[in-house]
Amino acid sequence: MTSAADLVYQEARLIDEKRFDEWYELFTEDALYWMPLTRDQPIGEAHTSLFYEDKLLLKVRIERLRHPNAFSQQQPSFCQHVLQQPIILESGDERCVLRTPFIYAEAQLDQQLILAGTAYHHLQHDAAGWKIRMKKIELLNREAALPSIQLLL
Amino acid sequence: MNRYADPASVRELVRPDRIHRHVYVDPAVFDLEMNHLWRNAWVYVGHDSQVPRPGDFYSAQIGREPVIMVRGNDSQVRVLPNRCAHKGTRLVSAQQGKCQGGLLRCPYHGWIYRLDGTLRSVPLKGGYSEAAQAEALHGIGELTSHNYRGFVFVRLAPQGIGFQEFFGDSLTSIDNMVDRSPEGRLEVAGGALRYLHDCNWKMYVENLNDAMHPMVAHESSAGTAKRLWDSSAPAAGSPKPMVIEQFTPFVNDYDFFEKMGVRVYPNGHSYTGVNFSIHSKYSSVGEYERRMFAAYGEERAKAILAEARHNTVYYPSLTIKGAIQTIRVARPLAVDKTIIESWTFRLVGAPDEMLARTATYSRLINAPTSMVGHDDLHCYRAIQEGLSSASSDWVSLHRNYSEAEAGGVEGTYGATNEAPMRGQYRAWVDLMSRSQGAVT
Repeated sequence: MTSAADLVYQEARLIDEKRFDEWYELFTEDALYWMPLTRDQPIGEAHTSLFYEDKLLLKVRIERLRHPNAFSQQQPSFCQHVLQQPIILESGDERCVLRTPFIYAEAQLDQQLILAGTAYHHLQHDAAGWKIRMKKIELLNREAALPSIQLLL
Repeated sequence: MNRYADPASVRELVRPDRIHRHVYVDPAVFDLEMNHLWRNAWVYVGHDSQVPRPGDFYSAQIGREPVIMVRGNDSQVRVLPNRCAHKGTRLVSAQQGKCQGGLLRCPYHGWIYRLDGTLRSVPLKGGYSEAAQAEALHGIGELTSHNYRGFVFVRLAPQGIGFQEFFGDSLTSIDNMVDRSPEGRLEVAGGALRYLHDCNWKMYVENLNDAMHPMVAHESSAGTAKRLWDSSAPAAGSPKPMVIEQFTPFVNDYDFFEKMGVRVYPNGHSYTGVNFSIHSKYSSVGEYERRMFAAYGEERAKAILAEARHNTVYYPSLTIKGAIQTIRVARPLAVDKTIIESWTFRLVGAPDEMLARTATYSRLINAPTSMVGHDDLHCYRAIQEGLSSASSDWVSLHRNYSEAEAGGVEGTYGATNEAPMRGQYRAWVDLMSRSQGAVT
């Protein structure tokens, strides 16, 4: 059986290997993938976020990445997560929260973008094991004028 | 010596139906833009709701001039140079904050200024002779600014075209955005996106009223959203999610974009969506409409809400979407580097759902993580690279051009017309050639 921390590692690996359909299945049906724009930002859509995606939007994103006319990806991007060991912040039989600082690199031909941040995985346990109810990503340099971030952190 | 020192050589870069590639790729042209165009034009600084109380400041870079928008102790909003009169040190470094004690104090030698830009004191003033005091001890001054319904603009050149004359009737787009508040007031809310574009600023500004690109560039994002929603077989009558409502009109057909219409004003300003726009069919929010009817009366409220302009370009710096209360601001850094800031507004007196709609749109379309934005920026970068080649010098703006434009581009056209861009380059030549207050 997969432990909660294993799921965090597996999630990053599936993104890095562009196994997006498998990645998508890690999330619950009501999941949220969230990267706030500011510090101490309340959850919700009344504030702009960098990502605030439900499964419908994540599906659009995945499908768009393999669309033949996704022009910004005709030269494909690749990414690599380097995770610090996930630490359990809250644990229970059905829900737990893990904190995982990370470094993320996204490369496209001659350009490479390096970002740092901390991921918070809110997990839920069902018959099949742990699933992600919310992934919240706090980017270190979220105040910066950022270039295109094309894949998933 | 700048090779365009002779104004005639700048004019030669622009012809009525085409422009020379150097306007996008030549650093010498960019230098001239900083020294002329961005000083002679009225450039957007910020919104007065960012500085609600006396002493509040917001700092920005206008062309190459660091400035402070500050609310004085008399509640007036002014724009001051953000540089000490002594050695040029930036007075404030934070993006926003509060001036301690209602004064600006230089962090280096402690010169102190009032919030109207006058000098209040310098330490050990006795070290300056009377003659030196008269010559060296002075304020930072106040820049020429104008607050239009909360939107604060600055003209760096001390003399030049007046605010009303520069913007004229294009200000009706700001009017419509403000009028959409039941109280006739906007407040900056929801955070500001900053998206680094490695392209010339004009590619972004031109794109805003380019109605020929959405169905091509955004097929992979908006088209995918439309396809997924259509194929999910939603139950009859089930509401479209807001994100689907916002994405799908980007892939409307050419006929839609042609018929939405474009209005071109003097001095480079224009708006698309004269007749309708991609924002026209958003679901109405009942509580918001009730409050608008109560505030304005039904007839007037309906007229305000029926005006759903697409993008308005306030050349060269500001582009707005009144129908959903977002603005984007171009801040050029180098010939191939521009920051695009996106700000969102709360309609004061409207329910919170309206701000959620606004912030959602800004995230979907304007963020560095936006699937729509990725393909736009990809195209701008591709132009930047393409135009670095000398194999062909001219960029075509021929679409729907007619010699009747010789007297002026102003008018209303089908929106796929390239008239807005031709209007921008007329303004470009004008703002580059005005000598008043300009620095070569």
